[in-house]
Amino acid sequence: MNAVPRQSLWKKARSQYQLLIMAVPFVLLIILFSYVPLWGWIMAFQKYTPVKGIMGSEFVGFDNFVTLFNDDRFLLVLRNTLVMSIMSLVVGFVGAIALALFLNEIKNAAFKRVVQTVTYIPHFVSMVVIANIVLTFLSPDGGFVNLLLMKLGIIHEPVYFMSKGPWFWVIHTLTLLWKELGWSTIIYLAVIAGLNPETYEAAEVDGAGRFQKIWHISIPGLMPTATMLLILSLGSIVNTGYESQFLLGNQLTRDYYEVLDLYAMNLSFGSGQYSIGVALSIFKCFVSLFLVLSVNKLVKKAGQSSLF
Amino acid sequence: MRKRTTAGGVVFNVLNYAMLSVLTICTIYPFLNLLAVSLNESLDSLRGQVYLWPNSFTLENYKIVFQNDALYGATIRSIARTVLGTALSLICSVMLAYTLSRKEFFLRKPINLIMIVSMYVSGGLIPTYLLIKNIGMTNSFWVYIIPGLVSVYNVIIIRSFFDQLPEGLIEAGRIDGANEFQTLFRIVLPVSMPVLATITLFVSVGHWNSWFDNYLYNTRDNLNLLQYELMKILMQSTQQVTSNATGSVASESLRQITPQTIRATMTIIVTVPILFVYPFLQRYFIQGIMIGAMKE
Repeated sequence: MNAVPRQSLWKKARSQYQLLIMAVPFVLLIILFSYVPLWGWIMAFQKYTPVKGIMGSEFVGFDNFVTLFNDDRFLLVLRNTLVMSIMSLVVGFVGAIALALFLNEIKNAAFKRVVQTVTYIPHFVSMVVIANIVLTFLSPDGGFVNLLLMKLGIIHEPVYFMSKGPWFWVIHTLTLLWKELGWSTIIYLAVIAGLNPETYEAAEVDGAGRFQKIWHISIPGLMPTATMLLILSLGSIVNTGYESQFLLGNQLTRDYYEVLDLYAMNLSFGSGQYSIGVALSIFKCFVSLFLVLSVNKLVKKAGQSSLF
Repeated sequence: MRKRTTAGGVVFNVLNYAMLSVLTICTIYPFLNLLAVSLNESLDSLRGQVYLWPNSFTLENYKIVFQNDALYGATIRSIARTVLGTALSLICSVMLAYTLSRKEFFLRKPINLIMIVSMYVSGGLIPTYLLIKNIGMTNSFWVYIIPGLVSVYNVIIIRSFFDQLPEGLIEAGRIDGANEFQTLFRIVLPVSMPVLATITLFVSVGHWNSWFDNYLYNTRDNLNLLQYELMKILMQSTQQVTSNATGSVASESLRQITPQTIRATMTIIVTVPILFVYPFLQRYFIQGIMIGAMKE
């Protein structure tokens, strides 16, 4: 009974062999680097040692997860991850929308272009360079910020900014803001540009001022896009990077900068607890999957086009 | 009609221009300052403050950095990675995207599913590390290129661009007897410049800026990249010396200049190529981002 579709499949494969050549090798590559590592999840249920390998290590059920969830350090690291991604999310959002609105009010095209071109630059610069700039400027040893604050009489001796735990969160947030602020306005500027100019003209005729037009037309016009982007980024709240924390942090701020991925690395490479490191990765994957799916539902409910 | 250029409006304008000017200066100043430091004599930078202009101009710092074998080699490898990685990645992504834009392709749906799921499920850092170790890719140049060869996200952006091309374009090629490869490279790609420029920019900047795969997978110094060398110097000067981040750079030739100057000089070296490429592609990538954003 199956012979007919199977033969037609074979026929299709033969007639589309060129497309197959163009697709299959790369799909295999995606499978190799995205799906094959899932095999490593078995480690989370074992007492894994590199010597015995996955095939030889003994199974321990959910013990590693129990250990992980009872680990105070894990809660601390989870806190750091959430605090830093929520801070960056909120500050980044408000900053991007505000900057887009202000840029939109600039009538001088050349000036606008210069501001845009310059503020896009940090987005393209590596995190290593950004960290280098931040550490140089905040250095207690002749750093620009310390010199400035001392000249203004706000402080009397240099402050070692990068040694103060909770400050790390603020410095980290401001660093990412500085890096991405200009870049993140692109989408909002495009939305504002797409708003109906007649609405603005009508408002002008009715005597609306600058602020009233921003408040009653531009901001409501941005809201659908902004809400959508906000909801979407909630889905990746545990999936934020670790490069910036790795580069900006030091031993003194470790309790504040260490995020999930860095902790997983530390557990595995530092103390050889690969199994717990992988358990942490699994936890992270499931939380972010749950978030993405709920967010997708939320978007669907909001009547917008869904993610998939 | 009333003219509403009121006093309030003027104040707003002045404040707005002032605020955006301050923002622009805050963004560009650090780069200009590091440029000045890198062009200033190392000992002089220790003595006095350098702001926008070098006190005593010299190109010596650049000479010293490039005379250092480790840094010279790292520069070559970074360039090789960027050029080769971008070219290969672009060719592969374009081919996969093209097949997915062909409605009649019988594997279109399963491949789509494989790609989308891979965006949300990942084995995580350690399983990926072990995989790369097991297939013998650690301590090799190819670990910089192969794992990231086809980025699902880029394929989706390219495909959405192909999707909006007129159907007749491909059919015309078909009638002229072009095969799939000819259709893609001679007919589709020449009209896809905006998306190709965008993806080229993203991929090349990504390659040029990468250092973490270097840190994780390549422990031999003869495979180090420029960003990683800069990272090592950075870590040394913040006294956060990890086991991996010691070694080659603190060699004799570099002792002539202060770490501060080396950092500034290397920062400029790794930043300048980006500044040269990006303004030329700027008008394309805004278009490219919008395609990506709509697809998200």
